[in-house]
Amino acid sequence: MAGSIFQPIPARPSPVKTEGLLPWLRANLFGNWVNSMVTVLIAVALGYAASGFLTWGLVNAVFAPNADQCQAARGSGACWGVIAEKFRVIIFGRYPYEEHWRPEIGTILLLGLLILSCIRRFWKPWLVPAWIGVLFAFFTLMAGGKLGLSEVPSDQWGGLPLTIMLATLSIVFAYPLAILVALGRQSALPAIRSLCVIYVELIRGVPLISVLFMASFMFPLFLPVGKSPDVLLRVLVGITLFSAAYLAEVVRGGLQAIPNGQVESAQSLGLTYWQTQRKIVLPQALAMVVPGIVNSFIAIFKDTSLVTIVSLYELTGALGLALNSEADWRPFKIEGYLFITLIYFVFCFAMSRYSLWIEHQVSRSKTR
Amino acid sequence: MAERAPPRKRAWSWRSQAFRGLIYQIVAVALIAFGVWYLVNSTLANMAARGIQSGFGFLLQPAGFDIGESLIPYDALDPYWKAYAVGVLNTLRVAAVGIIFATLLGTVLGIGRFSGNAIVRGLCYAYVELFRNVPVLLQLLMWYLLFADMLPPITEALSLGGVLFLSKNGLSFPVPVWGPGVGLALLGALAGMVAAWLYRRWAIARFEATGQIRSLFWVPMVIVIAGALLGWIAGGAPSTWNVPRPDGFIMHGGASATPEFLAVLLGLVLYTAAFIAEVVRSGIASVVRGQVEAASSLGLSKDQAMRLVILPQALRVIIPPVTSQYLNLTKNSSLAVAVGYPDVVSIANTSLNQTGRAVECIALIMAVYLTTSLATSAFMNWYNRRAAIKER
Repeated sequence: MAGSIFQPIPARPSPVKTEGLLPWLRANLFGNWVNSMVTVLIAVALGYAASGFLTWGLVNAVFAPNADQCQAARGSGACWGVIAEKFRVIIFGRYPYEEHWRPEIGTILLLGLLILSCIRRFWKPWLVPAWIGVLFAFFTLMAGGKLGLSEVPSDQWGGLPLTIMLATLSIVFAYPLAILVALGRQSALPAIRSLCVIYVELIRGVPLISVLFMASFMFPLFLPVGKSPDVLLRVLVGITLFSAAYLAEVVRGGLQAIPNGQVESAQSLGLTYWQTQRKIVLPQALAMVVPGIVNSFIAIFKDTSLVTIVSLYELTGALGLALNSEADWRPFKIEGYLFITLIYFVFCFAMSRYSLWIEHQVSRSKTR
Repeated sequence: MAERAPPRKRAWSWRSQAFRGLIYQIVAVALIAFGVWYLVNSTLANMAARGIQSGFGFLLQPAGFDIGESLIPYDALDPYWKAYAVGVLNTLRVAAVGIIFATLLGTVLGIGRFSGNAIVRGLCYAYVELFRNVPVLLQLLMWYLLFADMLPPITEALSLGGVLFLSKNGLSFPVPVWGPGVGLALLGALAGMVAAWLYRRWAIARFEATGQIRSLFWVPMVIVIAGALLGWIAGGAPSTWNVPRPDGFIMHGGASATPEFLAVLLGLVLYTAAFIAEVVRSGIASVVRGQVEAASSLGLSKDQAMRLVILPQALRVIIPPVTSQYLNLTKNSSLAVAVGYPDVVSIANTSLNQTGRAVECIALIMAVYLTTSLATSAFMNWYNRRAAIKER
């Protein structure tokens, strides 16, 4: 074996790279020829649509609140001037113009507390008095008649503050009712159980609009002769009763997920029914259904747009109020719609992200 | 010393759980009954004070208003009950068509979330997030604005191949001329369906006996189409279509859908499809990976694994939430009142304003939706039981 010199064999080719941008593109966009064709086709269509939209919405758009310029650009460019011109009416509805700072501060307070209530660290008993205080401040600001504020009747409230107020208040009031109804539906007492089942199924079987019609046409008949409650209050009661039925089903989902052993061990410790519910069942069940509650809140937030049909001017109604009356601006309604679409989208999308996050938080103890 | 039984607890004591339960129930029922009695009483007093007449007698009086579109012949002299029938049919029409399209679109979007192509995945995601986070009423209003204001007038209608016309007056499309030939073709298709069903039973029986696989999709499809074709040829192959043609300010011939109908339909379909897509996505995601692996280790192809293993299991998860989406679509069709589509809510609203009988009109709306909801959920529960796991 003379002369056996070390001869290296050629190196093996390196493995195909699977990380990084290019391999990702290859796997996800150009995997095979069908995939590549789909990618190219969609990219071209998207590019075409995006360029059309950008030309309309940015390049040719009119941003100044000038009706003549808008008319000139009509068909080729958007008229965002309509929003600059009508911003305050769209956001605040029929609320008196000089007093707009009041709904502004009230809404900021309400939103601030809403955001605080979303953070787990603040889930403490002081949230309840905080809510009572903020709601009191909100109504004082909105209605006035105290502290030298001029009185503003509730049929003049409108716009985004009304949307947020209706959604928040109805969920706040619906929450305790929903817990009671959900407990009643699980109850061993047949009469109470059937009353709760009838309530939930009846409400869930009809559209919100019929409940709102009821609130607006039938509630005045329910009260003693000569008394007619405020339309806002009636609508609020209607939405609350409606959302309580849906929320009760969410809570019931949580109650059913509590293993029976929990209740039995509470009973064997000598706790009464209400003690069992308050100390053992509800804390576990409610923590489990927080994502469901947030989703109900999103649904109610979107559903408040329906009160415009019974002539309350929340965000959707306020837009009609702002644009329908003026011939100069009416042609640019689509821009107004896109604007409030954006507002609704930002709120709902943020809440749905939050719901996903909280779902992850709540189930953290179960996944490891 | 004989063991003495503990004294029997007296049933009529506050210490007895059954007794307390009975008392609670009696109190609850009494409270509710009192509440209902109070409401009815003050409603009657109010109605008497305001001179509002009550009762459903008005349903027999002439309605006196016209309805834009109707599936049954109707004019303003017809009684109220007929107007309500028109409204109910309009609601059912938009709901039924909407459910079909929303299911198709939602399924495609939901499966699209699992595409190998990132752009397709992203588009489906963006669609779902965009459409379900904007109120459906706003979407309806926007579509209505688009159809009623931004489309060209009928004199310069957008046309597709000279058979479809889209304008402010809605969408006009061709329909086949009704004749004995069309009837025979339908009859043929029906016969084909019966034959396909028989074939399917036979094929399944053969498969269970011998293990030979026969196509359960293409062959029945061919049988149905062949049946329809045979009927069509037997009927003299009628090929006349009633094609719309624009003539000045009106459209002759064909059939058409009004802009109101299109706006309601499009708004409901696009909104509900986003929710159905999420349901389908989570249903497919809920099938554990081991099932797919087990299927492929048994030698099933990818298609077979999807059809025989994944979808039947996903369907179990999908059906209950999809049912509630169908019900939501039906209930949301009540928003048609905002764009002037004559559904049952809009008819009830008009008759409420004309007669002032709020209680009766709202009761009618609620009765219609409750019946529809209960019927739909009964049907879907039946279907759900069929798809549920058979436990032995």
